[in-house]
Amino acid sequence: MYTVRLWSVRHARGLNAFYRAFEGALVKLAPVFRAIGYERLEKPVALVERNVKGLLFDCRMCGQCILSSTGMSCPMNCPKNLRNGPCGGVRANGNCEVKPEMKCVWRLAVEGSAKIPEGGAAIRQVQFAVDRRLTGRSSWLRVVRERTEAKAP
Amino acid sequence: MKFEDEPVPGYPLPILPGHTSPGRLERVLRAGQFAVTAELAPPDSADPEDVYRRARIFDGYVDAINATDGSGANCHMSSMAVCALLTRIGYAPVMQISCRDKNRIAIQGDILGGAAMGVCNILCLTGDGVQAGDHPQALPVFDLDSMSLLETARTLRDEHRFLSGRKITFAPRVLIGAAENPFALPYAWRAARLAKKVAAGAQFIQTQYCYDVGMLREFMRHVEDLGLLDKVFILVGVGPFKSAKAAEWIGTHVPGVHIPAAVIARLKGAQDQALEGRRLCTDLVQEIRAIKGVHGVHLMAYRQEETVAEIIERSGVLAGRVPWHPERDSTNTNRIAS
Repeated sequence: MYTVRLWSVRHARGLNAFYRAFEGALVKLAPVFRAIGYERLEKPVALVERNVKGLLFDCRMCGQCILSSTGMSCPMNCPKNLRNGPCGGVRANGNCEVKPEMKCVWRLAVEGSAKIPEGGAAIRQVQFAVDRRLTGRSSWLRVVRERTEAKAP
Repeated sequence: MKFEDEPVPGYPLPILPGHTSPGRLERVLRAGQFAVTAELAPPDSADPEDVYRRARIFDGYVDAINATDGSGANCHMSSMAVCALLTRIGYAPVMQISCRDKNRIAIQGDILGGAAMGVCNILCLTGDGVQAGDHPQALPVFDLDSMSLLETARTLRDEHRFLSGRKITFAPRVLIGAAENPFALPYAWRAARLAKKVAAGAQFIQTQYCYDVGMLREFMRHVEDLGLLDKVFILVGVGPFKSAKAAEWIGTHVPGVHIPAAVIARLKGAQDQALEGRRLCTDLVQEIRAIKGVHGVHLMAYRQEETVAEIIERSGVLAGRVPWHPERDSTNTNRIAS
């Protein structure tokens, strides 16, 4: 929902802190996830993720969440799917070129990232194009898997 | 200007040490000359002569010609075809590549194909949304964005491989460019975005139309603060207005083009508004030339391409230099009538 999405950007700092704690807890649960099997968990976890992040961020389930680098403004809401900053068509009132009634998601991203510790550095990182195979899959499970399996020998 | 090692038109120049392309534009830029590029609007036609006629207008005044890629999301002859026609007779095109219509498989193929046909410069763009053009019912692709397109081009060129990792036996030797708009929100972030583009592989930048030199100076100060002045060649976009009415229309209807009230007032106050539009553009070129870190201008004179020669001539920015054109070295003084 658009109004909730704007609220989330205003509260980027708190949401980012919450996510950090949440991610830490998920990583601790990794052995449980492994025991159940990631593929079996994929559908139910993705469903929860889709609903929670859908409500807060109008999440599009790209499967490669970078909200912490974009001030809690989901870049997939940009009609051009830009993941590296605003296009050159931002209107004089700060709204989107394609959807004139919507605030530019990247203008919000710049505002939101200023509220997050290290957000200013994160938003300056070049993000490569998304892997379209991950669309619809859980970003949370992928992060847990990457973080725990990178540590494993 | 003529290089002593110049080959037959249409053949690439020898590649100089430290250069990434065998092209004229890179030579002019690296030689510290003030470069002039211009935009060619691809025809709604399959006649190559329509392309050549549009290119000939710029003869003697531009170092490279940009071929737009479905600009404004309108359908025209493809950018790569225009470039291939231009390189046949020796012109130096800048092949614009937009992410709107093609996925990463098609785009990588086009970069190889373009380079094979003599394209030495590419401009990596996100592209306008389909709603802006004459086919709003089309599927917008946007598989890559301008930043990942830059990284893709650099990967092909410098790592001699596709994004998949598969090897390329002869890499495309191109100068890689990108666009920036110093005149759109969020202003303070525009130089940071430029830094990202440079980090992703951009070697030159062509900006959106500049009508506010004060804003451009502010932007260039940020660019300098980020230490980018010697890392990227910046060509500033300019273009003449036919009338105050046209300027007002563009200012309100074309997103991202910022036209200060003083510009409109100057045009309104003139007896001959088209002439004043050209004078205004000439003045802008001269003011822009004086800004530290600016390496050239990019003329976008849509539907008044014939004004480019006059504007560049009057501005004096070429300082007597004559950019290459097919007739330059010819002993035949009878120019082909256009």
